[in-house]
Amino acid sequence: MSKQPAIELRNITKTFGKVVANKNVNLTAYHGEILSILGENGSGKTTLMNMISGIYFPDEGSIHVNGEEAVITSPKDAFAYKIGMIHQHFKLVDVFSAAENIILGIDDGKYNLKKSTEEIRKISEQYGFELQPEKKIYTMSVSEKQTVEIIKVLYRGADILILDEPTAVLTPQETTKLFEILRRMRDDGKCIIIITHKLHEVLSLSDRVSVLRKGEYVGTVNTAETSESELTEMMVGKKIELNINRTDVNDPKDRLIVKNISCINRQGAVVLDDISFTAKGGEILGIAGIAGSGQRELLESIAGLQHLTEGEILYHNPKTDSIDNLRDKTPVQIRELGVRLSFVPEDRLGMGLVGNMDIVDNMMLRSYTKGKSIFLQRKAPKDLANKIIEDLEVVTPGASTPVRRLSGGNVQKVLVGREIAASPKVLMVAYPVRGLDINSSYLIYNLLNEQKEKGVCVIFVGEDLDVLVELCDRIMVIGSGRITGIVDGRTTTKEEIGLLMTKSKEETKESSDDN
Amino acid sequence: MIVQFICRAILLGVPLLYGSTGEIITEKSGHLNLGIPGIMYTGAISGVIGAFLYEHACGNDADKMNGILAILIPFLCAIIGAMLMGLVYSFLTVTLRANQNVTGLAITTFGIGIGNFFGGSLIKLTDSDMPSVALSKTSQFFCTKLPFADDLGWFGDIFLSHDFLTYLAIAIAIGTSFVLNRTRVGLNLRSVGENPATADAAGINVTKYRYLATCVGSAVAGLGGLQYVMAYANGVWSNNAFGDRGWMAIALVIFALWKPSIAIVGSLLFGALCNANNYIQGLGTETQELFKMLPYVVTIIVLVFTSMRKKREHQPPESLGLNYFREER
Repeated sequence: MSKQPAIELRNITKTFGKVVANKNVNLTAYHGEILSILGENGSGKTTLMNMISGIYFPDEGSIHVNGEEAVITSPKDAFAYKIGMIHQHFKLVDVFSAAENIILGIDDGKYNLKKSTEEIRKISEQYGFELQPEKKIYTMSVSEKQTVEIIKVLYRGADILILDEPTAVLTPQETTKLFEILRRMRDDGKCIIIITHKLHEVLSLSDRVSVLRKGEYVGTVNTAETSESELTEMMVGKKIELNINRTDVNDPKDRLIVKNISCINRQGAVVLDDISFTAKGGEILGIAGIAGSGQRELLESIAGLQHLTEGEILYHNPKTDSIDNLRDKTPVQIRELGVRLSFVPEDRLGMGLVGNMDIVDNMMLRSYTKGKSIFLQRKAPKDLANKIIEDLEVVTPGASTPVRRLSGGNVQKVLVGREIAASPKVLMVAYPVRGLDINSSYLIYNLLNEQKEKGVCVIFVGEDLDVLVELCDRIMVIGSGRITGIVDGRTTTKEEIGLLMTKSKEETKESSDDN
Repeated sequence: MIVQFICRAILLGVPLLYGSTGEIITEKSGHLNLGIPGIMYTGAISGVIGAFLYEHACGNDADKMNGILAILIPFLCAIIGAMLMGLVYSFLTVTLRANQNVTGLAITTFGIGIGNFFGGSLIKLTDSDMPSVALSKTSQFFCTKLPFADDLGWFGDIFLSHDFLTYLAIAIAIGTSFVLNRTRVGLNLRSVGENPATADAAGINVTKYRYLATCVGSAVAGLGGLQYVMAYANGVWSNNAFGDRGWMAIALVIFALWKPSIAIVGSLLFGALCNANNYIQGLGTETQELFKMLPYVVTIIVLVFTSMRKKREHQPPESLGLNYFREER
């Protein structure tokens, strides 16, 4: 059976400011196949798909649907070309029923909820979904919500379905069920594109795999003819030359001993599962893992911002030589002990800095308790702000500019600079170079190295495996809230870490049972 | 006396029903319009101006006045006046993205200012000793009873003896309920108020819906002001007589859990509560004032109960009070 190309991307380039998200990407997906787009975080997978579904518009290149050039400028255009995208973050109205959500915005004259409900039932049965159209969204599980999103797209008659990390939020059983449905849709002649970074899913589900790395198209292989290691190699690729001056660890002393901690999030899912490790002063401990594997919760647990269900966190205070259990302390007490957290979330400003306040005021967020009188002491924070601006080359009109107006990289410098200025004993940084250009990234790496030489215990959560391997003394890999391995930064390879990262829950359990 | 009490409660409740129906329409689009008191006041004065000018044009002679025009002119004036206020509110919040609470309060202050300014001007024009404008002729046209109302005893008094704006209020509330729950426009409107980003992604014009809902809601609320002057006050306008009815209408929205059908019953209850002090014997001045508090106490009790039960359908629209613009995430 010769397959028809459903969608073709030719020389697609997309830049956001100076950041090149996609560069000269060529991609073809056929009707009746499942194509996986594989790549690390930040490799431009989602940007590429957003261009197909009309959220972004490519700077260069063309998109062809069913052999004809298509201009897609809005989600509505995409629907007209029968393209439907299921986003990672669902777009649903909580108090509406499934049926109401599915027909929302369709203008086909008559409003007949009963008739629509019947049609929705028919689609559900055709592909084997389990969905009650009358059920309200807010009573649904994540997997049910996803089902609503998929049917929403099918109801609009989509032939080309794009799923962005569909399994990120699903349990293994739900994933299996979803895959069965996706296969059924493929056999029905639909073209399915799935974005993922989970290797075993790629191998079990897709017909072909296209790999992106740092915005560039690496190649496409038939799933049947490839292997996990080949895909890892393609995905991680050759490193860019980084000159990070990694010094040897001098006289490491145990600083932070984490013992069997577990944590459950507000939705009741286990986000940290029996984590134990030791972080030493004078070393950089890297934490690698797929986004959302529990990195954030782990750091927040140490900073006292998460409620632990089990375990303890012991802190060796180098000043007094005493041992404290951080679990019993408030976040303020933990900070006073010298444990500092600088977390850079996806939106960069979400944690740690107040966008509408200027640099001086943001410095004061950490020192406002220090003053003796009832009035604020502005002198010290002002000096600190000026020092950070000078030392870290923050580009800003002045110390009184609202942080919100600075560019992302400069915001991050302010954030990291402030935490470092407090001369911490434990410094935790998460994604400090997110979205930064090479130069600023280097600056941050060097700052971390300086801290390490001062005997600080640095915990570094990173996305870029190249950097982790270059920078860290030891690298702890976590997956689905469990530690899947701790490796030596000097001897490990990206491939090894990549494999550890994508190790699934079952495998982790098995291997820990073997031990 | 019970019949009289109920009639009085209806008379007091109808302006509240207009106000809350209007505010429900507005809030369903995600606009927390705290300008409702000002908008109702503007609606009232606009109607009064229209009626005043028409009475003057006819030489203050009731026989020369055309019944239909006497009703239609104030009616349209009230709608237009109130709608303009709604338009100002939408322009500030949707187009200029101003804070909704601040804008709403400003509209209230502004509307009451407009009312008192034009009210004062009209009073000066009449050259009377009383600080009020009497439009009793127009009021009579508004309050024409149904022909057989007087022949049916208590039934006629309770159900058939009211001015036409009372019946219109109930019709609008029922109609609003139907549109919100049974039509595509209603579904789209609710989605705009709940989750504008989702509505936007589904191809619904959020800006259009918010403008329209706010203007239509304001027009409805404005009729409440008109009904107050023409029916409750028998066509007599005096500055600041409208009181806190606008705020009570907003409280009624919460009481009614954003459902116009409940607002019909609620307005009657509020009307009765406002009035109860006049029908209970032997109350001192201080206890009377306490009685006037009852509608608000009831609202607070309802709030406590609904937040305890936490049923999602009884909560305000999710993005109520939040402006939407696509580029911000």
